[in-house]
Amino acid sequence: MEIFDNLNWLIYGILIGLFVPTTLLIGNKQFGISSSMQNICSVIFPKTKSIFSGYDFKNHEWKLYFVIGIILGGFLAANIFSETTIAYLPERYYTFKGILTLFTGGLLVGFGTRYARGCTSGHSITGLSLLKLSSLIATISFFVGGLIYTFLF
Amino acid sequence: MNKYASIILGIAFGFILTKSEVISWFRIQKMFRFEEPYMYLIIGTAVIVGIISVQILKIFGIKSITKEELNFSGKVLNKGTVIGGIIFGIGWAITGACPGPIFAQIGTGEYAAVSTFVGAISGAFLYNLVKDKLP
Repeated sequence: MEIFDNLNWLIYGILIGLFVPTTLLIGNKQFGISSSMQNICSVIFPKTKSIFSGYDFKNHEWKLYFVIGIILGGFLAANIFSETTIAYLPERYYTFKGILTLFTGGLLVGFGTRYARGCTSGHSITGLSLLKLSSLIATISFFVGGLIYTFLF
Repeated sequence: MNKYASIILGIAFGFILTKSEVISWFRIQKMFRFEEPYMYLIIGTAVIVGIISVQILKIFGIKSITKEELNFSGKVLNKGTVIGGIIFGIGWAITGACPGPIFAQIGTGEYAAVSTFVGAISGAFLYNLVKDKLP
């Protein structure tokens, strides 16, 4: 099979999986990203903080710095350590309609990940690594949602 | 975890996400359309490595460098796991980005992803506004 001629997926998969033990070992933190949205919201709009009742901001504070790192990492990978330019989004998203579509999609990502208590990293990578049923059900639901949109719209 | 360690780990993660192209809308489309096994192979490998790592940590009773018992707790399972999960899945297919990749896309210069980011923050805020009324 063609996919086995190039084993990049294996290297990337291993590297991504290693984030689970790394954040546990360094800070006793479960690897996850989506809750950073609540921390960012409370930093940009401090007055909104009261609405996130029951949310432990301190416990998730490291994610604020982590996502700043992700932006830098994306910049380095695409602009400094790269010979070619790759498009990560279709060109049609650079229209008024496209921007609105992305905003709507983002709204669903932000809302859905809070409601489900996690995203691909928190549930599908970390939760499955911990063999948690809630994360298996969440991961299946993510795919059901993705398939619904892909094949019905 | 201190901020410097967090930023350095974040840079590594953003770099890996970008180089592996899992932040690409096109790759996500090919995943949901079953056109290539690439995304499944990456996620599958990551989970296997995660499972093995966690088992090693458990078997040897390894503690964090801060000398704490490691937190292996899971997340709650309720209706939100399924409903929220499906809502997120739809958003993932539309934007080609889950929360981590939103930031990586912005970093690469895909500025349209700023709109995804604003949407995601608004969505998290909206959830907290209505969470008491949800099933």
